[in-house]
Amino acid sequence: MVDEKTEIDERGSPPSDPPTETLDIWVAGTEEPEFQPTDEGTQEFGREETEDRLDDQFGRVVQDDYVFDDEVAEDERMVVNMGPQHPSTHGVLRLQLELEGEVIRRTKPIIGYLHTGMEKTAEMLTYSQGSTNVTRMDYLSPLHCELAYSLAVERLLDIEVPARAAAIRVLMTELNRVASHLVALATNGMDIGAVSMMMYGFRERESILAFFEKTTGLRMNHNYIRPGGVAADMAPGWKDDIAAILDDLPGRLRQYDDLLKENPIWLARTKGVGVISSEEAIAYSITGPALRATGVEWDLRKAFPYSGIEQYEFDVPVGENGDVYDRYRIKVDEITESLKIVEQVTETMPKGDYRIGDAKITPPPRARIDESMEALIHHFKLFTEGFKVPAGETYVAVESPRGELGCYLASDGQARPYRMHTRAPSFYNLQALPIAMADSLVADTVATIASIDPVMGDVDR
Amino acid sequence: MTWEDSHAQDVARVPGEDWEAFARAAKEAGFEICADVTAVDWMRQRPERFEVVANLVSMQHKSRLRMITSVGRGQPSVASLTPIWPGAGFAEREVYDMFGIEFEGHPDLTRILMPDDWEGHPLRKDFGVGSVPVQFKTSHQVS
Repeated sequence: MVDEKTEIDERGSPPSDPPTETLDIWVAGTEEPEFQPTDEGTQEFGREETEDRLDDQFGRVVQDDYVFDDEVAEDERMVVNMGPQHPSTHGVLRLQLELEGEVIRRTKPIIGYLHTGMEKTAEMLTYSQGSTNVTRMDYLSPLHCELAYSLAVERLLDIEVPARAAAIRVLMTELNRVASHLVALATNGMDIGAVSMMMYGFRERESILAFFEKTTGLRMNHNYIRPGGVAADMAPGWKDDIAAILDDLPGRLRQYDDLLKENPIWLARTKGVGVISSEEAIAYSITGPALRATGVEWDLRKAFPYSGIEQYEFDVPVGENGDVYDRYRIKVDEITESLKIVEQVTETMPKGDYRIGDAKITPPPRARIDESMEALIHHFKLFTEGFKVPAGETYVAVESPRGELGCYLASDGQARPYRMHTRAPSFYNLQALPIAMADSLVADTVATIASIDPVMGDVDR
Repeated sequence: MTWEDSHAQDVARVPGEDWEAFARAAKEAGFEICADVTAVDWMRQRPERFEVVANLVSMQHKSRLRMITSVGRGQPSVASLTPIWPGAGFAEREVYDMFGIEFEGHPDLTRILMPDDWEGHPLRKDFGVGSVPVQFKTSHQVS
């Protein structure tokens, strides 16, 4: 072998390998400096505790573009750290508040305490495993996360789910919106001091979670809406369960109104507090109830309908003043509207399959595996390799209880997403806090945070 | 600049130097909201390593537009959209944190999700996923 090669070389004809075709566009001289993959374990925490670093850790430094007002004496200004483990900050949200006495002059939200790198994880999971990952992002509205992700995958695959699957998706996501808004009302009430509201909200949410458990098997993190349809058909007797929820909730909502709507303490704590104008909301990419409370009628269910939600009749409640009270009212009204949709879906639920019949995308029914060789092969291939998605990129957004929840998906033709990015509504809505809280009282902070309704799992992902 | 139709969505591929001018024109054309800014690391699959992607929404025309620009390796940087849409602030900080792409003109370009002293940019393709070592008992026997 070696002799042969030298012989050829001596004869003057260099060994010519056929040029291998490669997708690698790699020009000599443009190499990365050093190809050293980093590892979580190599990160060093706790460097030298210099004076600057301590200042930063104790919150004495506020880093942003704020121009310092020299007219206020140094000793009248104080920086107070709120969170990350304050009970009313809804998870691990940390705020640096710069105070002049009782008045907040500026605020800086500091996030990342719940960051678990889910977008990186998504690149390691197949498309069918992906909904397990995204459902853990916004843990109060997991079905919306799954829906946005599944719609994005389906758009890249260029497939349409059956009518029944789309109707089930609408039914489940609207129930999820009700459940999420009930938690928002509950925590909003607790933060302002209406502790009974807290118990009522969680009690009513439990009836919806019980329905979810019956249908999907889990109370939260369902992994129910998957690319190609949903994981299972509605459980037997589901119409009775929905009817019970629809009977129960409107009366409960009237109870909440009796408790809060004209309660003078509630009004004093919420009216005119945490005001955001519509111009500010649009400029800072704020969506969802926080945007609609400023009087802008903007709902993705109406503007860019998905899953056939345009067949159902519902209104988009809007506020006027953009304060905490309007955001609270909009959540109550949206529960009513969502229940309307749920009722219509229940009446008009189409018959048919709950997922597409393409065996390359959805696994075959368990019974078929015993009798069909092809079904067994499809099942095996789907759960070992997953299905491949054509190269391309797309962005699909749905209206989550907190606003526009989008999924940007880039594929390079493999069985795993090349890049999966979630446009998290809470992440963007947090930008409203510095505006809403400027020149307000410290006591109104928790009311404002609760009304924006951030879910930290969604913010940090 | 080229226009594309990506699965029935409008996509504008903008050269890096026209990024800000195009964004201003888009805002004047009615795209009031910058819904999202993100990036993709194409590593060696494309000549320019990174793509910065901005999703715009027009409420008056009820339409969406995606603008994409390519950013090269080395010291990747692109003009910031914060002067046009202040709402892009958090998103650009996230892209800076995760990809190391710098946005010129951003008022506060610091890490947002990772700790301030973190080394590397996690969503780059050459950043390892990492794992936590798990110790198994060697003496464990299944009876």
